[in-house]
Amino acid sequence: MSIDPLTDYDIFDSQFVIDPFPVMDQIRESECPVAHTDRWGGSWMPTRYADIVAVAQEHDLFTSQQILVTGPPPGQEPEGPYAAVAAPPISSDPPEHHWHRRLILPFFAPQAVAKFEDGTRELCNRLIDGFIDQGEADAAADYAQQIPVRVIATMLGVPTDLSDTFTGWVRGVLEAGLKDQAIRLEARNNILGYFKREIDDRTANPRENDLITTLLNSEVDGQKVPEEYVHGVCNLMLVAGVDTTWSSIGAALWHLAQHPEHRHQLRDDPELWPSAIEELLRAYAPVTMARIVGRDTEFQGCPMSAGDRVLMSFPAANRDPRQFERPDEVILDREHNRHVAFGAGIHRCAGSNLARLELRVALQTFLARIPDFELVDPSAVTWAGGQVRGPRQCKVRF
Amino acid sequence: MKVRVEEGSCHGHQSCAIAAPEVFGADDYGNAVVLIQGVIPTELEAKVRRAEGNCPERAIVIED
Repeated sequence: MSIDPLTDYDIFDSQFVIDPFPVMDQIRESECPVAHTDRWGGSWMPTRYADIVAVAQEHDLFTSQQILVTGPPPGQEPEGPYAAVAAPPISSDPPEHHWHRRLILPFFAPQAVAKFEDGTRELCNRLIDGFIDQGEADAAADYAQQIPVRVIATMLGVPTDLSDTFTGWVRGVLEAGLKDQAIRLEARNNILGYFKREIDDRTANPRENDLITTLLNSEVDGQKVPEEYVHGVCNLMLVAGVDTTWSSIGAALWHLAQHPEHRHQLRDDPELWPSAIEELLRAYAPVTMARIVGRDTEFQGCPMSAGDRVLMSFPAANRDPRQFERPDEVILDREHNRHVAFGAGIHRCAGSNLARLELRVALQTFLARIPDFELVDPSAVTWAGGQVRGPRQCKVRF
Repeated sequence: MKVRVEEGSCHGHQSCAIAAPEVFGADDYGNAVVLIQGVIPTELEAKVRRAEGNCPERAIVIED
């Protein structure tokens, strides 16, 4: 980035997408650690851990009217057949947020997601079977990308054969659609059209042990929840459950391909896995979320107006030396790690226990079958950035 | 050592249960619960301190 990142940062700058951390460091250590840009609809970007956590926790001031890092201002979203459908609870503010979130949390508690472990391991093994004899594979496209979409489809009770279609739609919303609202709207309408049909089918023919049926039948204060709520939850689970976890798995494999010492540490000391997963999440946090300022305010000396967008770069928070010793180093047994890869406050990622399970099983299975691997060409690795950062092509040789 | 979770502050990260699974678990909503009533056995104190140091919400309160 040759322009001044303090006043004109570009989250889609090609160098920033590949490696955002030098720019984040430059902003964080400057006189003004909250940067601003007019690009992509305009936004503020705090870079210090404490400021980003404050934005996350002060949900009355920093609202969730919009959570995408680009796009039209609130109230100017294009209308469509599904204009009333949002993505609860991520798009909800209190007081509705409370029940929007409480209804889905039991599906994602650690004891509830544990039942997906065996199936995820089988899936990972099947994917590895497909390329292990070739001596080379794309750790992002052939492996990481293939896992979360199938896990989330299984959880939602929709066909895993549609995984490529689902992936295309999610990328439409979270990748290409961030720069082109027409692409985003088309992908969103495809997702919502698909789930509208799934909901109608279950309304006519309720299913046993089915997440969508269970949600449709759930009640709050003696009343059945609105269909738009269930529709929005399906939207959220697909959009938030695919790109994010795939990016984490891919980035962790990209790291491990370059760090044989970490592969060996994990092989020699399996008790390291829980802290190693947290450390990889810290170092390669994929997600940046946005908030809309609810009323005119001053934040860290910056005059923010109602309606302004604020980016919460969890990757930047997780590399702040005020919070983490040697933040740019991956230390698999890091003792204190208050990372915010899953955000903080009332909007903490509801799917975090599932994401951790997928990340752990994907890495354990890969390392068990392919103990040693390296990048074919480090400069050929491609990354997605903006809302969700992670490798999209990452060829490894073994 | 005794430990408790500040109910309003916990948002279910489960970082405590990852650091000290003998001491912390989850309720039906994934929020943290302390599994050991009363005094924490000495051999688990280090893990409890680690759990405290891993909570992004600073919701773990240690009472020595």
